[in-house]
Amino acid sequence: MTHLTGIAASDGIAIAKAYRFVQPDLTITKTTVQHTDAEQQRLAAALAKAEQELAAIQQQTLKKFSAEEAAIFEAHLLVVNDPELIGPINQKIADEAVNAEYALHEVSSMFVALFEGMDNEYMSERASDIKDVTNRILAHLLGVHIPNPSHIEEQVIIVANDLTPSETAQLDRNFVLGFITDIGGRTSHSAIMARSLEIPAVVGAGTATTTIQDGDLLIVDGLSGQVLVNPTADVIADYQEKAQNFRAQQAEWSTLVNEQTMSKDGVHVELAANIGSPSDLDSVLRHGAEGIGLYRTEFLYMGRENLPSEDEQFTAYKMVVAGMKGKPVVIRTLDIGGDKHLPYLPLQEEMNPFLGHRAIRLCLDQQELFRTQLRALLRASVYGNLKIMFPMIATIQEFHDAKAVLVEEKEKLIAAGIAVSSDLEIGMMVEIPATAVIADIFAKEVDFFSIGTNDLIQYTMAADRMNEKVSYLYQPYNPAILRLIQMVINAAHKEQKWVGMCGEMAGDELAVPLLLGLGLDEFSMSATSILKTRSLLKQLTVTDMQALAAEALQLATADEVIEKVKQAVK
Amino acid sequence: MKTQQFTVVDPLGIHARPASQLVAKATPFASSIEVRTEEKAANLKSILGVMGLALKQGSQFTLVVEGEDEEQAFTALTTLLTEMGLAQ
Repeated sequence: MTHLTGIAASDGIAIAKAYRFVQPDLTITKTTVQHTDAEQQRLAAALAKAEQELAAIQQQTLKKFSAEEAAIFEAHLLVVNDPELIGPINQKIADEAVNAEYALHEVSSMFVALFEGMDNEYMSERASDIKDVTNRILAHLLGVHIPNPSHIEEQVIIVANDLTPSETAQLDRNFVLGFITDIGGRTSHSAIMARSLEIPAVVGAGTATTTIQDGDLLIVDGLSGQVLVNPTADVIADYQEKAQNFRAQQAEWSTLVNEQTMSKDGVHVELAANIGSPSDLDSVLRHGAEGIGLYRTEFLYMGRENLPSEDEQFTAYKMVVAGMKGKPVVIRTLDIGGDKHLPYLPLQEEMNPFLGHRAIRLCLDQQELFRTQLRALLRASVYGNLKIMFPMIATIQEFHDAKAVLVEEKEKLIAAGIAVSSDLEIGMMVEIPATAVIADIFAKEVDFFSIGTNDLIQYTMAADRMNEKVSYLYQPYNPAILRLIQMVINAAHKEQKWVGMCGEMAGDELAVPLLLGLGLDEFSMSATSILKTRSLLKQLTVTDMQALAAEALQLATADEVIEKVKQAVK
Repeated sequence: MKTQQFTVVDPLGIHARPASQLVAKATPFASSIEVRTEEKAANLKSILGVMGLALKQGSQFTLVVEGEDEEQAFTALTTLLTEMGLAQ
């Protein structure tokens, strides 16, 4: 039994076989061969295997998707049998006494270059189909395996270096019980995806893809961050019991779905959910959220080839606002740039994208884009309790400018006879330390603040949260962060404004006691964390937590804070 | 040898889907089957060859069939080209 430790990224325990979703190394070298006949036979065998595999994928795709999607594999099959491809490869092997890998690479590269060079976009994209097929043949020659997730036919745990959005899209959710990745943290795509699918995940496990083989039996413990490879029967039994207990606890939490969130001494705070699309609504309601604290609208713009129209956006916003039936819905305007790019919106390459032209900075610069979104939001505002929030505000001027554009669009709509909510709250994210420091001045201008801790921590600590080498600096409990949060909450309350938090910290069981003590009004988190947090808050007393927070603010290090909270809460 | 001139009428040109069908139809015949343009010629039994011609709407080409079963091959392919609305 081997043992790996990573970051617990999504709660739960899963036991299943490993499926390695890893692209193999297809590096080739040129060698001289003695027997060209044998080399040609090796090629023929690889072609036959590739053909068999493609035919099977074609059948799978036909079964799971549509004839449309399967058609591409018909073309791939013809490429495997193409006389103008195979003929020259065999010729090259015979004439130059080279290995099949090299001959294949040389001949296919010529076709790839030919297609890539075509001025027609459709044709130049076919180059990637040719690469796809030749890589498949090459993999068989090299004796390595190309993963094909559409082929998964049993329940598995996905093992990957990291999972990109396009890779997760290929996974059949019925068969995926958990994720393990080599890299990443609690805020990486695979972690967020696992929480939204409600399956356990351990990320940043370092050597998962090199340690684990296809078919190994795995236990993923998303509660502790442990991964067990080929465990003994005793360990399996042990974990089956743990999984059972976890399900029992979830059942207990589920009795809290319709309860208001109250501290032990009867103080109400709001527990809200973070969402990325209207399809998340179902999970939000199922977990008893009292509102939506963050709707990340950028997902509406991603994974497509053109900008979403005003009507398309309106439909999505309306669905969420109306779906929450009068409960508050905070929608954040487009936060693109940084690590999120749109294929149809070319942005300049930047040295430091997280410190660059992103979010509100981009929207104020490309106003047509911004105005379209604002009109869609304003039109949706009459269907419930919508609040609009601007991301990455750094200066008072930016907030004024963004608000002025919003007011202008609002007046234009009203003049055109289109209904707009009359009591629309307009707030901002606090994620740049400069705004936290003068939160008292911002508090006079805004209706609310929402503290985005993921970015606030990375900007305050000057530590890229995607960089593993500096991940030790991602310290939510550092007294510097806690003091900034305190400044924001105090400043807002002085002006009778409310403060929410929509970073990962808001759902963290060690942070919740401190945040309650600091006076946070709204906690917005993954929907799956809500009931656990509601159960925790029921056991906490505001006056005790105020004392705890006051002490924590005087400590020197994050570790001391964590120790203090653990002592106070246990 | 049998030949006929065609003009591509499909707005998308000869793209992957119809090219696949043409190649699948041509492959079983023993005759040599070529598509010739002013500059280039391609083997109609090769998907890469046919698509490599990058024939667009309005492009002209000649179908050239030569061999023992040229009659049947020629009829099959000219029928397919017109039935698919690809060329006329």
